[in-house]
Amino acid sequence: MLDDLDRRLLRRLQTNPAMPVAELCDAVGSTAAVTSRRLARLRADRIILGKEAIIDWSKLGYNVEVSLRVGLDKTQSRAFDDFIAAAREVPEVIEIQTFLGRVDVRLSVIAKDMTQYQQIYRARILTLPHIADIEALMQVARIKSDEVLPV
Amino acid sequence: MSGFDATDHALLRHLAGDADQSAAALAQLMGMSQPAVWRRLRRLEQSGVLKGQRLVLDREKLGFGVTVFLGIKLSGKGGMLLEDFERAVTAIPEVQTVEHVLGMYDYRLRVVARDIADFERILRRRIMALPGAGDVEANVLLSEERRPGPL
Repeated sequence: MLDDLDRRLLRRLQTNPAMPVAELCDAVGSTAAVTSRRLARLRADRIILGKEAIIDWSKLGYNVEVSLRVGLDKTQSRAFDDFIAAAREVPEVIEIQTFLGRVDVRLSVIAKDMTQYQQIYRARILTLPHIADIEALMQVARIKSDEVLPV
Repeated sequence: MSGFDATDHALLRHLAGDADQSAAALAQLMGMSQPAVWRRLRRLEQSGVLKGQRLVLDREKLGFGVTVFLGIKLSGKGGMLLEDFERAVTAIPEVQTVEHVLGMYDYRLRVVARDIADFERILRRRIMALPGAGDVEANVLLSEERRPGPL
């Protein structure tokens, strides 16, 4: 379905989504017309879904990021739905993921400092419904974060 | 570092959902003049709050059916070991993100694979072979959503 040129385009665009078309053409060795057509098709086929801005929360004063691994009380049939709906209401929750494994749900929570984190944790997180157990991993550093797919 | 107001936050919220919007489109959306939007975007970029862009791709259509999060505990400690581990782990193409964390694991990895068999190959040949890798816990991602955050 995808040929070599598509893959080269996706590789380049993943490392620099803002790359101008002219530069992209040089990088993949193709003409502007062909490149534009390919990009349009990748978008039309919904392979490229769009672009998101990456926000550096630490630059906005959010210096603490904690990964909370939550086990839910599965005897409650609505445990996942209730928990996720309530977690969406907490502004400091920036990511919600569900899993198959030892962890049911993981939340990424940001805070300005440890004092604020403690407040959010006690007032907003521990009060979320159907929590059976919860473990915290505090982020020390992001070593790699590009999320590039090896296409 | 702060000094960003509600208008900056609104701009960030729009861009986090769709970074492809032009200053003209944003200006119209926010009821502002285009030069005013430009100035704010430049300031957000220069201060590093807008760190860059991420291309959003349909992983499944590209053949990556499985995303797994791994918690890894190193079997020994020491500065040398951390550097060796980080260098080796970031070089694995299927490893999308690496976070150094504090808690029951030392590192948290996001790994993509074509299917479970492919994941097993990556786990055995690449992850288990990393210098210092000890205990490994795997959780298969079922769903994920990014939230706008406290903007």
